[in-house]
Amino acid sequence: MPHKLVPLGAAMRRVACLIAVLAAFIAATGLAAASDFEAALGKLTDKSFQVKEQAIAEIATSGDERALPILSALQAGDLYFVRKDKRIVFAEKLDKGFSITDALTGEALGEVKRRAVRKVSINNRLRTALKSAIGSLELFSPDAEARLAAARSMLVAPTADALAMLDRALTAESEPSVREALETARAAVQAQTGPLDARLAAVGVMSGSMNQDVWRVLGKLVEEGGETASEDAKQVALAASAALESIESQKRFYSLLETLFFGISLGAVLLLAAVGLAITFGVMGVINMAHGEMLMLGAYTTFVVQQLMPNAIEYSLFVAIPAAFIVTGAVGILLERSVIRVLYGRPLETLLATFGVSLILQQAVRTIFSPLNQPVITPDWMSGFYEVNGALSLTYNRLYIIAFSLIVFLALLAVLRKTSLGLQMRAVTQNRKMAASMGIRTGWVDAMTFGLGSGIAGIGGVALSQLTNVGPNLGQAYIIDSFLVVVFGGVGNLWGTLVGAMTLGVVNKFIEPFTGAVIAKILVLVFIILFIQRRPRGLFALKGRAVDN
Amino acid sequence: MTEGVPQSSEAAKLAKGSLLYLDGVTVSFDGFNALNNLSLVIEPGEMRAIIGPNGAGKTTMMDVVTGKTRPDAGDVLFDGSIDLTKHDEAAIASLGIGRKFQKPTVFETQSVYDNLLLALQQDRRVHTTLFARTSREEDSRIEEILETTRLTAQVQTLGGSLSHGQRQWLEIGMLLAQDPRLLLVDEPVAGMTDAETEETARLLRDIAQSHSVVVVEHDMDFVRELGVKVTVLHEGSVLAEGSIDHVSQDERVVEVYLGR
Amino acid sequence: MAPLPQHATLFQRLFGNTSGKLVLGVILGAAIVVPLLNQLPESSPFHVPTFVVSLLGKYLCYALLAMAVDLVWGYCGILSLGHGAFFALGGYAMGIYLMRQIGDRGVYGHPMLPDFMVFLNWQELPWFWYGFDSFAFAMLMVVLVPGLLAFVFGWFAFRSRVTGVYLSIITQAMTYALMLAFFRNDMGFGGNNGLTDFRDILGFSLRTDGVRNGLFVASALALAGGFLICRFITTSRLGKVLYAIRDAESRARFLGYRVEYYKTFVFTVSAMLAGVAGALYVPQVGIINPGEFSPINSIEIVIWVALGGRGYLYGAIVGAVGVNMAKSYFTVAFPEIWLFFLGGLFVITTLFLPKGVVGIFSKAPSHPLPSLRALLARPAANQGTRPGDAL
Repeated sequence: MPHKLVPLGAAMRRVACLIAVLAAFIAATGLAAASDFEAALGKLTDKSFQVKEQAIAEIATSGDERALPILSALQAGDLYFVRKDKRIVFAEKLDKGFSITDALTGEALGEVKRRAVRKVSINNRLRTALKSAIGSLELFSPDAEARLAAARSMLVAPTADALAMLDRALTAESEPSVREALETARAAVQAQTGPLDARLAAVGVMSGSMNQDVWRVLGKLVEEGGETASEDAKQVALAASAALESIESQKRFYSLLETLFFGISLGAVLLLAAVGLAITFGVMGVINMAHGEMLMLGAYTTFVVQQLMPNAIEYSLFVAIPAAFIVTGAVGILLERSVIRVLYGRPLETLLATFGVSLILQQAVRTIFSPLNQPVITPDWMSGFYEVNGALSLTYNRLYIIAFSLIVFLALLAVLRKTSLGLQMRAVTQNRKMAASMGIRTGWVDAMTFGLGSGIAGIGGVALSQLTNVGPNLGQAYIIDSFLVVVFGGVGNLWGTLVGAMTLGVVNKFIEPFTGAVIAKILVLVFIILFIQRRPRGLFALKGRAVDN
Repeated sequence: MTEGVPQSSEAAKLAKGSLLYLDGVTVSFDGFNALNNLSLVIEPGEMRAIIGPNGAGKTTMMDVVTGKTRPDAGDVLFDGSIDLTKHDEAAIASLGIGRKFQKPTVFETQSVYDNLLLALQQDRRVHTTLFARTSREEDSRIEEILETTRLTAQVQTLGGSLSHGQRQWLEIGMLLAQDPRLLLVDEPVAGMTDAETEETARLLRDIAQSHSVVVVEHDMDFVRELGVKVTVLHEGSVLAEGSIDHVSQDERVVEVYLGR
Repeated sequence: MAPLPQHATLFQRLFGNTSGKLVLGVILGAAIVVPLLNQLPESSPFHVPTFVVSLLGKYLCYALLAMAVDLVWGYCGILSLGHGAFFALGGYAMGIYLMRQIGDRGVYGHPMLPDFMVFLNWQELPWFWYGFDSFAFAMLMVVLVPGLLAFVFGWFAFRSRVTGVYLSIITQAMTYALMLAFFRNDMGFGGNNGLTDFRDILGFSLRTDGVRNGLFVASALALAGGFLICRFITTSRLGKVLYAIRDAESRARFLGYRVEYYKTFVFTVSAMLAGVAGALYVPQVGIINPGEFSPINSIEIVIWVALGGRGYLYGAIVGAVGVNMAKSYFTVAFPEIWLFFLGGLFVITTLFLPKGVVGIFSKAPSHPLPSLRALLARPAANQGTRPGDAL
């Protein structure tokens, strides 16, 4: 045989196979077993798919180290046999023919013509069988993740054959999470046949599970316990339905948790929308109807930043956050210096003037960009979800929004409490004249405070750009909500805004399943209207003589 | 508790015959006691001056009596039996308690005449005011008050255009128009010239002929001029009570006023 | 003896005001002249086309609505950002009546149900549609429904002493909630599309010039009537109480006036006027849909009043007609500019025209608002009182 250069991949495989073969000998699986394996392999050359299916099962349960590469190759369509001697080979396609390797011995057989070998063909039924067979073989993979996945996949179609495999895997397994999955899978198998005690015990093992496949297995057991079923099956069905019931109550608990999670994430959105207003309205008392447009400008800043760095969308949000803060903060300062400053002490006029500003900003965005919504891209790391169990999974974008809103809130709190600007802000809002006479530039503090509130609104807008359509009307959708959150929480109280936002978010999401989204929203509005009428100063009202003078 | 019945029968007994009866009244704002177990009795026809340093609880006391602030504890009885803590400002005003504010508040965009017309004792229900026509009695009553308060020449002047002293007097005039049984007057001479102060004292003494009056004031000379019983408030409760000479010799009063 | 003011007779109270008389004259004059000009042959240079008659009628409805807002805002200091809701409710009451007038002439030809209900597979008329076959009943609902909502809403709000911007915000939330509700098909008011395709009113076809002119005259008379009602209220002693509440609410309370009663009364009357305006508006524009509840509409009304000048009644009329004429022009000629213009109007009016257009020409209103000079004299960012103090 002429010596030829073999591609690196093939070389590697050859070495791997050699080791596998060696290991097989060292493991002393015995000549008889080895010949069983060879016989099973031989059956793959048969034309009958039934025979082949039997062969796959035999190979999979053989415990032979060579089983996994062979089945994988079969699945991938890389398993052939030589027409002349029916030897099973791995084949690698070359320009004019194949480079083949003996599947049993790992011996390189060189290059052959295309006609010299024939593919071991498979059909859909075999593909399914292969999948579960490979799955079971992966139970022995060195990678714990793969083992866990394999153990879980065993649940999809638990067959009696798998039992021995699972037992073998269990004896070798040390990773607790994988062990648990294996035991559940084993229980799923055991519950189906065997002595009654063992079956009932198996159902017991499954009863706490939060895995959807387990629920299906239990459901099947309940179905099998019909009128005509054996006494055993009926008893198992009874136990299974009891198990399902306890799972059901757990599921209810998790769905409650899920609603709570949705509520908190809605609360986080409200918080992001309202927290800037908590400064401009809550602390300064300015009725800024253009607040919604500050959110909108933040969202548009995100859009522009993404347009400027199309190749680094992943990082765009980190650039957009400071950019939005600066842009909306600057617009806020401009607004304060030009319009609001003149109207201090006249809240109703401020309301009207800032509403006019909001119309101008909307139309400006329409003219500059377009009346249509702009596409803002969600970075990949924001998508996906964290699965707690079969009943509860938390989407990453909601988790990020919750975390982000809290960070923004705490940062704002820190600015108010720890910085000299915060100190001056509090001084000016408590006693303007005194603050002025102490040398604080009250006008400057007003501008900075308003700028801070607007900038924070811009940051909220960056977050909102990830959740809703970015268009000229974005702000309008949030302005009423924002005011209600601040008023509900208690004007002038940042913590009130947090509690108010979270309460409204959670209440909204808990009503929704009963009434639908629109009615839930209406009910929340009515609730707030009634609440404000009961307690006009919100949840955390300031008390005292100074308040209503 | 039932409507109109004081918290204890003892209180009802003690309050009998009094016009205004405060006992154990406590008001706290976020942990700070603006009034602390305050007790005070005003007899019918009496004129009383209340003095005390800033933050002694004088204005809060008036707030409690007029229904603006609800006390956390204590009895507030009018006419010996009416529990004022159960009524709101409008109801208390209708019962016959009038109030003049520390900062003079008149209706600035309305004439002196209209200010007095609004204050006149009358049926204050919506439909009666909608169809009300000013009667000759009302006009002559207004003329009377205009003369008492020396505002006759300003009858058509807008409230907002009056001088500070005139506003104070208009507000006193409005109190007279209400014809209440008890007048609460908060710092009537703040910001007045000496001559005006003297005039005001005369006016209040006149009023006291036919009404019960409680005057809250800082100005010791003015209080001396009134020549009535004085109650000294300090930190929300009564520190001393008696004639002006009596209380001004009280060591604790001197300490409160001068010691800080 | 001091010269006490003379007491005005009822006639003087209603018609004693020159500018008011002028506006009243213009309205009533238009009610006579416009339909006559419409009768002229189309070739005549003085001919007023029917669509213009309806457009003018629409302005008059807006004027009535603006006057209703002025009654509560200019005279009692209640800035309602939800008056669009009362307008829309009156409009819906009229709309339902007009839907009943269609009878079985709808697209589906159902003998009992309007098209949208047939489309939604409804089997019978919802209970709240009963009675609207009668014009009298429908007109009663035009005032009662907005009036009742205003009464209940106002009573709870004013009793709890919700004032200033807080009141403005919850009135806005109210109209927002109603908008969301009316957008739902289940509400039974045509959902998104609202009520439209009207044919007859009182048995006469809405498409005839006669009915169009009739609606214009009705709008003019309603506006004139509304003006006189508002005059009667604001010149009565109750009017003085309203100013008192506007300028020093707690002082009025300490005088023994039940502020909440007065506010509820005037708020309810105002809502009823708005309802009438809505009812006359709907047959002239031919549609009512939930968009009328949108909070922006309500704020826009306020700017009509602010621009015209609040606290004069006729100022609101001038503002409403002026802004809407500008709107009709701009949205056709320069649609891009309109929102800039409207937004600018808000800013400029509040900054430079606190008394409105009418305030420039009217030297001494009977009950002036704080003067412009006094406002400008205040050092801008350096004063003692802060927002929230002087709500």
